[in-house]
Amino acid sequence: MDPLYADGVDLAVVLITLLKVLVAFVFLLVATMFMVWFERKIIADMQHRIGPNRAGPWGILQTLADGTKLFFKEDLLPDKADRRVFRLAPVLAVVPAFLAFSIIPLGGNFTDGDGTVSIFGHRTFLQLADPPVGVLFFLAMSAIGVYGIMLAGWSSGSKYPLLGSVRASAQIVSYEAALGLSVAAVLLVTRTLSTNGIVAAQAGRFIVDWNLVVTGVVPAVIFLIAGTAELNRPPFDLVEAEQELVGGFNTEYSSIRFALFFLAEFMNTVTMSALIVTMFLGGPSGPVFGPEVLRSWFLPLFWFFLKLVLFLFAFVWFRGTLPRLRYDQLMDLGWKMLIPLALGWLLLLATIRVAQHEGWPVPIAMAIALVVLVGAFGLLNLSLRAARRNREHEAEVYV
Amino acid sequence: MGYLGGFAITWRKFVKGFGGEDIVTNEYAAGTGKRDRKRDKPMRLHGRHVLNRYEDGMEKCIGCELCAGVCPAKCIYVRGADNDPADPVSPGERYGYIYEINYLRCIHCDLCVEACPTEAITESKLFEFSFTSREDAIYTKAELVVGDDGMPKKLPWEDWREGDDVFTSGWVRATAPQGDADYVGRVGWSGELGYGVRQPEQGQNAETPYHRPVASTGHDAHGGHGHGH
Repeated sequence: MDPLYADGVDLAVVLITLLKVLVAFVFLLVATMFMVWFERKIIADMQHRIGPNRAGPWGILQTLADGTKLFFKEDLLPDKADRRVFRLAPVLAVVPAFLAFSIIPLGGNFTDGDGTVSIFGHRTFLQLADPPVGVLFFLAMSAIGVYGIMLAGWSSGSKYPLLGSVRASAQIVSYEAALGLSVAAVLLVTRTLSTNGIVAAQAGRFIVDWNLVVTGVVPAVIFLIAGTAELNRPPFDLVEAEQELVGGFNTEYSSIRFALFFLAEFMNTVTMSALIVTMFLGGPSGPVFGPEVLRSWFLPLFWFFLKLVLFLFAFVWFRGTLPRLRYDQLMDLGWKMLIPLALGWLLLLATIRVAQHEGWPVPIAMAIALVVLVGAFGLLNLSLRAARRNREHEAEVYV
Repeated sequence: MGYLGGFAITWRKFVKGFGGEDIVTNEYAAGTGKRDRKRDKPMRLHGRHVLNRYEDGMEKCIGCELCAGVCPAKCIYVRGADNDPADPVSPGERYGYIYEINYLRCIHCDLCVEACPTEAITESKLFEFSFTSREDAIYTKAELVVGDDGMPKKLPWEDWREGDDVFTSGWVRATAPQGDADYVGRVGWSGELGYGVRQPEQGQNAETPYHRPVASTGHDAHGGHGHGH
């Protein structure tokens, strides 16, 4: 619970909250603008190109120029579109993207403090909201974001957007499962749903106490892959596969409505990176030293942004390296690889927890769990093979 | 190469690109960028036309309209007129009284250059001329005829760079007669204002038997008629 609201709500508290809302809003917008530019620049470097370099130094104002241009473009509404839903969809994509970011702790000294900073004499967390169901809130918001994409494709009254949005819903629902299971591993270890609590639980030693290590790397990798799929970013960008679907779910959109989708996509990327940092890399925690300003303000923010940029770069790197998956490969990876792996890993972690709690010998419990899991994997493989054999058999029969 | 090999490649390229190495894109921004530069153009690029003049300043065009006749895009409009014997524009009987090229239609096929019996019309290597009105798109004699220095006139919206305007003479005609054995080593084109009579391409002289330029040195290395100087 944020200590800001501990002593009741007065005007100062309301003003500080408004200030935090404003800062979070502006920060996300600026970070999104930065991300668009960053991605274009990095991709350009990877592809022997120059990238944007006309607007401002190193083209850093390119996003601003693009946004301004989009603002003044004609806003088209297709004849066959479902007007109200068509207008609603971009908003449905953007608003959850904003809301999801509100649970991210941006700073605060967790290493040898309680994670609070002092604003105008009030102690508060450097995060807009710290609901007790923080991580669930994020999952809910990212699920609502799917409605934006789904309804956009549906209401466009055109076949390619519809195909794109059908792909989107199938893909996001598939990967939500793997994402949720890897999140469950973190929750199992930290015993809290609050993002602030998750960061506080990782605050001890540098790296060693981070969930990345504590949960054994695998959930972090699964989260990263499933998160990429969740964001519809390459190599999972089947939703807007330009080469196949013209432009995907946003084909019929133009002007500021298109800009909103674009914005939402990159905002989600920033939020997802921030969430990975929060869940697995200890958020703003890192070595701190020096005076109070440095300890509780500058260094935690610095660590957070450093980790954030690391993951933003990773997402761009994926895009620069990996070719787009085929639809069946996408489904195979999600259902037959990530979900069983995440589930198995979660069971393994749970076994260790229970063994520690009950005082059983941990190695033996682990060995038994591993035997069970390997057996389960074997059975899964057998069933997959049987299914493939049946499919091929059917294909032969019905050709 | 496994799954991770690809990441290594993009990482290496990223490091190189970040250091400004290995970048294949030319930064072309109409003369405003710091590193603004265009790609080198081929010798015989088909660009904006010029109307050439003889060394004494006479116009080569005789108003025969062969270029207009051959033009597949019908973008050339020519009207000939009789020369005033006291003050002739061209050395012959007639001259090009009106000469207009509509660059909204021109496809730069170079057929007009092939058709021209006097090597009056040739093409420079400039193709970056984006005009903003239909009037500007129609080039008349005032724009097309070369200046007194033999160089094309440079209009405000044209982005001329070094080398775009030189060697726009009849020398670049693809069907120049030196392919014919009877003409080997003989200059087959007329003198030109600002250039005089240009020497034949090396390798087509009588002294050295004809051969294609060696690929490794390329066209530019031969005979000093490369672009860019």
